[in-house]
Amino acid sequence: MEDFIVAGVKVLIAFAFLFGVVLLLVWVERRIVAFMQNRIGPNRAGPMGILQTLADGVKLMFKESITPDRAEVVLYLAAPVMALLPALLIFLVIPVGAPITIGDNTYTLQVTDLNVGVLYILALSSMAVYAITFAGWSSGSKYPLLGSVRASAQMISYEAAMGLAIVPVIMFNGTTSLAGIVEAQGGTYFGFIPAWNIVLLPSFVVFLIAAFAETNRAPFDLVEAEQEIVGGFHTEYSGLRFALFFLAEYINMFTMSALTVTLFLGGWQGPVFGPTVLVWLLPVFWFLLKTAVVLFFFIWVRGTLPRMRYDQLMAFGWKRLIPVSLAWIILAMVAVGVRRFGLPWA
Amino acid sequence: MSWFADLLGPWRGFTVTFRQMFKPKLTVQYPKVKRVKPQRFHGRHVLNRYPDGMEKCIGCELCAGVCPARCIYVRGADNPPDDPVSPGERFGFVYEINMLRCIFCAMCVEACPTEAITMTHLFEMSVTDREEGIFTKDGLLVEPDGTPNHPLPDTPLIDINELKLGDGWMRATSPSGRAAFEGIEAWSPSARMGGQAPAEPAQESSQLPAASLQPETARDTSPEPEDASPEAEDASPEAEGESS
Repeated sequence: MEDFIVAGVKVLIAFAFLFGVVLLLVWVERRIVAFMQNRIGPNRAGPMGILQTLADGVKLMFKESITPDRAEVVLYLAAPVMALLPALLIFLVIPVGAPITIGDNTYTLQVTDLNVGVLYILALSSMAVYAITFAGWSSGSKYPLLGSVRASAQMISYEAAMGLAIVPVIMFNGTTSLAGIVEAQGGTYFGFIPAWNIVLLPSFVVFLIAAFAETNRAPFDLVEAEQEIVGGFHTEYSGLRFALFFLAEYINMFTMSALTVTLFLGGWQGPVFGPTVLVWLLPVFWFLLKTAVVLFFFIWVRGTLPRMRYDQLMAFGWKRLIPVSLAWIILAMVAVGVRRFGLPWA
Repeated sequence: MSWFADLLGPWRGFTVTFRQMFKPKLTVQYPKVKRVKPQRFHGRHVLNRYPDGMEKCIGCELCAGVCPARCIYVRGADNPPDDPVSPGERFGFVYEINMLRCIFCAMCVEACPTEAITMTHLFEMSVTDREEGIFTKDGLLVEPDGTPNHPLPDTPLIDINELKLGDGWMRATSPSGRAAFEGIEAWSPSARMGGQAPAEPAQESSQLPAASLQPETARDTSPEPEDASPEAEDASPEAEGESS
């Protein structure tokens, strides 16, 4: 029974946290991109405009949710929810802090520690493409259809690259549990270099690029390409349904950053000191700080790089990322083998 | 090492966007901060009066004829002999400008033979009803003492003093087109502008005696009380004495 209560509280906190993060993230992105373009950005609603997203959300709630005549109604209505669910669910397995011990009980700061956490994430992030494909197809309109065709091709290609980029991490840490992966990144090399998986640099780079494509962010935002296909899959969506897509996109962005931190940047690992409360909070702080840095990089890339052409995107995915990942897997395999069994001739 | 530079090339764009974040912002927070408008800004029109309070418009409809947007409607009427509205034979009985159609090209200002219609620096003219966008003579014409009218409700956005500022056409040339008048207001005296006049008398431009024309190199937005009095011919020599 107690387990249920704990899990319920964790789920509630996780969801509230995600929505709060999205409210902030949208505003932060708009402000940073504005600053990069010598503009000010939203600064009206609340202090420094921090409530801008809330105001936009309220506005969207009161707008009419139009259903096109030619829409396939069931899928059309289901697609926004399908987009939001995987985005929310991925976050549940990400550890945001070190386990907390109160009395005899130890509470992990993640909703659940699946022993197949990495596979769970890969499975759910491939679910996201269904939402986009259905949304585009069921709208009964040509631009959304183009967007969803692009989305299915793009996300499936980069899904492969992303999966291959994670393989060396699993081999290196010897576990697919995300909590285990973070634990394995504790300690240091030579006493001062933190032992994060970022030493698997090619994997890290490939994963980051694939993450951009998975979240449909610039420079891989061909799925939504406002200039070419007027918003792509969500062209026909308005009101709260559009808000759900918007929410899903930014939650995806956050969970991808959190995943990058968990897999490659040591998760909540970091210097911990001071009284008990500080020992509890500092890992969370390190996790959030690293995630914020990755998120800033996401925004920075959006402010810097132009959109890629579609053939460039596919060629880059299949002819560059995947071969590089495969070669790196073989190298990592050899390295792990040598570390475990010694040199074959020794 | 050129391959190294090639490798770094794409990343140098990131330094550009990063540096821009700390540069001053170009955005002007409009209602709070207002940019200084160019001197020749084309804002709302006003219908002027002579310093003696007479309307300048003679109802000739040249402005309506030249208007490319066809937004001006004028109907002239004969001046009542005992109480003339304008110095001429006729005056503008009805004068309406549809500000929703106006493109602010100032061709009406160029066409006007009596400099009755000029432009100002006020552009805050948002309306909630198309009817309100049609400015009638009540709203366009200045008061006899030169105070401009604005037909829209007063809001913090509207700075009524901008209606006292002249537009570029008034600064560019004299009505006779003499280049010597470049940069100064070389127009016939009007109540609104405080009765300023070109540096040298421009006979063909004025229906008033040359004595009333006084040099003025800097624009004065506050109407001088002498010029606001109905007796222009009495007041003008005094004004000339002040400014010289």
